[in-house]
Amino acid sequence: MVRLQDLPVEELFTSGHRLCAGCGAGTIMRMTMKALRGPTVIVNATGCVEVATTIYPYTSWKVSWIHVAFENTAAVASGIEAAYKVLRRKGVWDKHVDVIAIAGDGGTFDIGIQALSGALERGHDFLYICYDNEAYMNTGIQRSGATPHGAATTTSPAGKKIPGKPEFKKDLIGICVAHGIEYAATASPAYWNDYITKVRKGLETNGPAVIHVFSPCPLGMRYDPSKSIEIARLAVQTRYWPVYEVERGKYKLNIKVPQPKPLVEFLKMQERFRHLFQPEFQHELETLQRWVDENWRRIATLCGETA
Amino acid sequence: MAKLIGLTGNEAIAYAVKQCNVDVVAAYPITPQTIMVEVLSEYVYNGEMDAEFICVESEHSAMSACIGASLAGARVFTATASQGLALMHEMLYIASGLRCPIVMGIANRALSAPINIHGDHSDMMGSRDCGWIQVYAENAQEAYDWTIQAFKIAEDPRVLLPVSVNIDGFILSHSMEGVEVLEDEEVAKFLPRRKPAISIDPDKPITIGALCLPDYYFEIKFQQVQALKESFNVIREVNREYETLSGRKYGFIETYAMDDAEAAIVCLGSTAGTAKAVARSLREEGKKVGVIKPWVYRPFPEEELIKAIGNAEALAVLDKACSFGAPFNALCSDVIATLYRYGKNVKVFNCVYGLGGRDITPNDLKLIFNDALEVAKTGIVREYVKYLGVRE
Repeated sequence: MVRLQDLPVEELFTSGHRLCAGCGAGTIMRMTMKALRGPTVIVNATGCVEVATTIYPYTSWKVSWIHVAFENTAAVASGIEAAYKVLRRKGVWDKHVDVIAIAGDGGTFDIGIQALSGALERGHDFLYICYDNEAYMNTGIQRSGATPHGAATTTSPAGKKIPGKPEFKKDLIGICVAHGIEYAATASPAYWNDYITKVRKGLETNGPAVIHVFSPCPLGMRYDPSKSIEIARLAVQTRYWPVYEVERGKYKLNIKVPQPKPLVEFLKMQERFRHLFQPEFQHELETLQRWVDENWRRIATLCGETA
Repeated sequence: MAKLIGLTGNEAIAYAVKQCNVDVVAAYPITPQTIMVEVLSEYVYNGEMDAEFICVESEHSAMSACIGASLAGARVFTATASQGLALMHEMLYIASGLRCPIVMGIANRALSAPINIHGDHSDMMGSRDCGWIQVYAENAQEAYDWTIQAFKIAEDPRVLLPVSVNIDGFILSHSMEGVEVLEDEEVAKFLPRRKPAISIDPDKPITIGALCLPDYYFEIKFQQVQALKESFNVIREVNREYETLSGRKYGFIETYAMDDAEAAIVCLGSTAGTAKAVARSLREEGKKVGVIKPWVYRPFPEEELIKAIGNAEALAVLDKACSFGAPFNALCSDVIATLYRYGKNVKVFNCVYGLGGRDITPNDLKLIFNDALEVAKTGIVREYVKYLGVRE
């Protein structure tokens, strides 16, 4: 695990960007840059990070960065990786280039899943990072395939009849692992050394690697911007966000949570779940706790832990 | 010594791509283009071509991967048709907006619905405003020649725009013809390794594809307008250089028997071949007809068109695609706009033909020529838009 003194002082993701105060994604980007090991190209999907960090003629990126569109980050990364591979073979280019694709949950779980699946299947050597703030926050908080059950968004509002999103979150890592890739992991910015270590591991993987990182969003999850890291920690401590990795099919639980906090501690801090605390929707809290328990049991079993 | 080999339109483009030392091909199969990617795969798998072939999972990803590879400095090719081009539509604008000199072969095919696999120009015409240079070939030879020239035009720092080389689905894509090919070394000399003006070189960090708000967006789009204008000169230069190399003369427009023509057909692609043959036989009957075939559709060669029209008094403009609800269809609209701009009073009517691959026969073209002669004589256009041979 990487130590604080190992991290480069240089900031390749600079301040002055226009992400919201307390935005988890900004912190995640800064941490990501601390894990670089050499020449790197970032491919960024349309989304919060893209629009807030590269408002022409400004940029927050001190590495080469490219944005093409929303749904095709993995495909663009495929092209870049293939180009450097052949240019090296032909002697036109002389060094390895790390390619990192960065997309939000909308760009990954929903509109970008086909391009991601294709790139994973083809085995391109790149790292894909999904920063998951659990809704389309950039367009004003609409539900995505990553939005948890019960959460209120503008397209799954806390209605009188339907209390927030009826469906459950997709298992992204399960989908990625099913492609037989060498490395996949989840992370939370509250555990910075775990995340940075995983980014480096993903870069060192020969072939595709995927990191799915929880990205607290004060605007969309609706909480005090000073609480982002606390929420990111609670996500793990309540077992809502299991932190694990899958290396060549072998699962490992990176953060053990022997005495989990009740899920409501995580939920009650976020106004996206506020309606669930009304008496008529109390059963939804139980449904969510049950989902967390079952998900944890499933992951823990895969990791060879007793849940 | 020039080598003459038998190639279909698809194979001719693939052969040219192999000789152009392309670095990355990202493509997805679709009828009638599939053979292009099959042949390219064979070249790569047999070691005849040193390229990365990315077998993407959709045309959208094909163009996305091409954009990434092109911005990394590679010479890039892809191919598609019909629904594939439609699926790429979003990426076509980004390829030109990010100034990627990608070359794409298109075996033009009808668009659904109803589904139809045969040739018409609906696909390219549906994307004609995407900022690409668009070329239509009449036969396999032209497809081969234009593909080689396309890379040189696209990659010129004065242009930096993608180019599509269009061939009629099945009529050209699947018909074998004798194609005179250049030697590999000749092509290599004509088209040296790409020197990218801008790339995502990690040693010189750059941000590409930033968010441009109302304060900058317009200027960046205007640069594309200027680049397309500038491409006129570059296309001219490349055509001249290619003529020296190959002995084959290209330009923006090819004319046939236009010197003293009273009436003419204006059309794109393979139909021009039939039209020329029909014009020849009508000439034998003393009828003064000619053919105008734009090779380059975008940028639209207005000056050359006016020159080509000469003293003709009537034009029949053939469109192999429908611009639903528009006063005229795509090619005809451009022709009329050009005449208006140059204050030239020529009578024009529009024929929509061949949708979904319906044959256009010499007899059809003979009737159109006769109609055009009648319009030239009387100055009266009875029907501005005809739908050739359609059953109502």
